[in-house]
Amino acid sequence: MHKDNTKLTEEIIRASGVNPKKCMKCGKCSATCPAYDEMEYHPHQFVYMVESGDIEPLMNSKSLYMCLSCFACIDRCPRGVEPAKLVEAVRLSVIRQQGKNHMTADDVPAKLSEDLPQQAIVSAFRKYTK
Amino acid sequence: MKVSYFPGCTLKTKAKDLDMYAHKCAEALGVSLEEIDNWQCCGGVFNTARNEVANKLSSVRALKFAKSKEQPLVSVCSACHNVLKQTNHAMQTDSAFASKVNLYMAEETNYDGSTEVYHYLEMLRDLVGFDAIKEKVVNPLKGKRIAAYYGCLLLRPNSVMQMDDPENPQIFEDLIRALGAEPVIYAMRNECCGGYVTMENPEFASKKSKAITDNASSFGADMIVTACPLCKYNLEKNGNSIPVVYFTELLAEALGVKEDAQNA
Repeated sequence: MHKDNTKLTEEIIRASGVNPKKCMKCGKCSATCPAYDEMEYHPHQFVYMVESGDIEPLMNSKSLYMCLSCFACIDRCPRGVEPAKLVEAVRLSVIRQQGKNHMTADDVPAKLSEDLPQQAIVSAFRKYTK
Repeated sequence: MKVSYFPGCTLKTKAKDLDMYAHKCAEALGVSLEEIDNWQCCGGVFNTARNEVANKLSSVRALKFAKSKEQPLVSVCSACHNVLKQTNHAMQTDSAFASKVNLYMAEETNYDGSTEVYHYLEMLRDLVGFDAIKEKVVNPLKGKRIAAYYGCLLLRPNSVMQMDDPENPQIFEDLIRALGAEPVIYAMRNECCGGYVTMENPEFASKKSKAITDNASSFGADMIVTACPLCKYNLEKNGNSIPVVYFTELLAEALGVKEDAQNA
């Protein structure tokens, strides 16, 4: 059993605005996710793991940094659960902690290529860094 | 017609063409794009958390500026448009969020989310009209088979973006038809190119982009058009060799202002 994460779970649910209880477990979110193959925990797992307060494995997973913010799971969920908003809220609960940024300015030069648009850098920073 | 214009970071740097052709075409169509004063980067992606406030302020300032001029706010980059529109929607619908934002802004009047936010494509469709554009085409793009690439950000989340049917859109195809070319409908036109994850995991972006360009080619497309600099980058760098062009360049060509724009 995982430890009591009631407070953290409530915070994630409040920040995301998601009600995981609406999920009917059809799996369409994960079926449509373009990053599915790269994820350890998939969008549908975020939904039921947050619902049951099993947050820590999600916080330690690289899945948090593979979500593309493409909104496919949000639009295609037949129940309007919006799993990507949970991914975002869990990721924030990690990177808001001191020293937990997933990317820093020092990491950027090594990741640049000649034509890489600024848009990619600012987007990655918004998602990975506080 | 005058509209407020939010160019965004990339249109001033790596995607200058997208901006330059947007201006030239607007001019040819009788629209004046008035760049808003002191705009700041939208941040590239909308943060969906309701308690993330500070990183949405630059968008609110842009929206508020357009409101003060009583103009719609237009942008060309899919990402800027997505962030501006979602931020505006949050200001309209989430009163707790809106009141926090207005406290941060500390201005005399609060912003209520009442600015109309248009993507340039929507401006062409709803404010100019595709029929009016068709009449102004001097160089019809006859014989070209063009695959429109919507990607994610123009269409989703549909409850907010409200641009078109998110699973069977036609706005891009209607524009392509108005320019005299033939649109190519293919399955992956609204799937993700790999986005910003290309920075950390280029192999992944490569897989995503290759599937899209291969799909467009297999339906007989000669070229792909897009509105998004990051989509263009991913599709060009990681796709097959099909040309990827900005829709504003194509529009400039059809309206006969392309050379004009290049010499400007």
